[in-house]
Amino acid sequence: MADWQPTATLETLRRRAELMAAIRHFFALRSVWEVDVPVLAKTGVTDLNIDSIPAELNGRRHYLQSSPEYQMKRLLAAGSGGIYYLGKAFRDGESGRRHSPEFTLLEWYRPGWDEHDLMDEVSSLLSELGVVTEPVRVSYREIFQQNIGLDPHAAPLKALQREATALSGSDFTAVSRNSCLDLLFSLGVEPTLPDGLVFVYDYPLCQAALACGGKDASGVPVARRFEAFLNRVELANGYYELTDAAEQRSRFESDLALRAAAGKSVMPVDYQLLAAMKAGLPACAGVALGADRLLMQLLSLADIRQVLPFGMRCDVND
Amino acid sequence: MATYSTNEIRAGLKVMLDGDPCSIVENEFVKPGKGQAFNRVRLRNLKTGRVWERTFRSSDSLEAADVSDRDMQYLYNDGEHYHFMEPDTFEQYQADGKTLGDAVQWLSEQDTVMVTLFNGQPLAVTPPNHVELEIVETDPGLKGDTAQGGTKPAKLVTGAVVKVPLFLNIGDVVRVDTRTGEYLSRA
Repeated sequence: MADWQPTATLETLRRRAELMAAIRHFFALRSVWEVDVPVLAKTGVTDLNIDSIPAELNGRRHYLQSSPEYQMKRLLAAGSGGIYYLGKAFRDGESGRRHSPEFTLLEWYRPGWDEHDLMDEVSSLLSELGVVTEPVRVSYREIFQQNIGLDPHAAPLKALQREATALSGSDFTAVSRNSCLDLLFSLGVEPTLPDGLVFVYDYPLCQAALACGGKDASGVPVARRFEAFLNRVELANGYYELTDAAEQRSRFESDLALRAAAGKSVMPVDYQLLAAMKAGLPACAGVALGADRLLMQLLSLADIRQVLPFGMRCDVND
Repeated sequence: MATYSTNEIRAGLKVMLDGDPCSIVENEFVKPGKGQAFNRVRLRNLKTGRVWERTFRSSDSLEAADVSDRDMQYLYNDGEHYHFMEPDTFEQYQADGKTLGDAVQWLSEQDTVMVTLFNGQPLAVTPPNHVELEIVETDPGLKGDTAQGGTKPAKLVTGAVVKVPLFLNIGDVVRVDTRTGEYLSRA
């Protein structure tokens, strides 16, 4: 007989419904309003490491959105003020204990705030939702240096490659700076983080993604990006947002060059986002938080499919 | 030989790593939200039995290993080599004591065992999970002592020494679990 039963218990799904309601209540009290931007659009992201899922619509290629970011920024440029999205996002090829190709993202933007203001609000939200812990803040450089023994901003690529090779047990001698940092952080830093909520901020410039550039306390150029980890699990990623349309265009172009070099599909660029940024994206901070992972942490569940009504079975181990 | 992308290798697949054939134990997907995807893989080296942990980029690939498990009949030991035969093709294979390792202490002629072939040569031999073997050496049995918990060492016909209940005697046949070396019952 076909296996029709849900992958989560009904009790978990009730907790899931309560979590969604509590998130909406939190933002309603703060006059941040919900926007349900489209999941289906003509363009997707250009990120080297995020693959959008294509969908045919009237014979034309569209993409399921990997994040509501570009469309929310168009609303911000139109003068929306503080907004949030709580809904589905899709990423091809991501499947595992903490990844599902279809997942639920909470993303919000605060015009006039910077990344540190937003970290405060992430802490308030999580404490409202039942995460009882005193948040810790540490710079990427400090936590990286402490565990890997190298300065992530200044270390020569060769040194990072050597460390990554030693830690992974496989050959990283010809691998990019970004991939080496990802490996070293995932294997060498994340597992050492303390229990509870940890914010890591001031990322290396090469990992800026959509964050604005800035300088850290000692004057070193950094990306004004932060991540939140809850019990060593990556939970949220935030920026003091890049608002410069020309810089955004050049990041899209360098993304596409990297995708082409890696033999990946060259994505159409979202010109509507660039036009909105040119018209004027207000200075703001934004963050995306994995709602499924938050529920996993709140309920101490190890597999994301245990918090999804019908978790996808396309993992290599299935 | 075929290759596998590291994001598609699943438990049980056989791959080459550092020149040795390995069996995949576990493959975990690891990916920072904006970053490079990795596969954290645990593999058992089929030559040494050791388990390795390696992390690959999901775009990396590994060469498939020409490894297969075959049921074969154990024929005899010529003093140096152990001889096995595939029952369907009558094809014979020989392996040395090093390849057999601990398996040697459970082998009886005519038994069906699993021979792991690597590039056509025996790499390992796995005896059946349960074997029945005769006791050839042990202290005399204590009559009536079937309920007591005590045990004594007994040497079996294949050379293995297992702990058996006190009431058993030379000539008795016992059932043993080859994975743990534990006595299960009287056969």
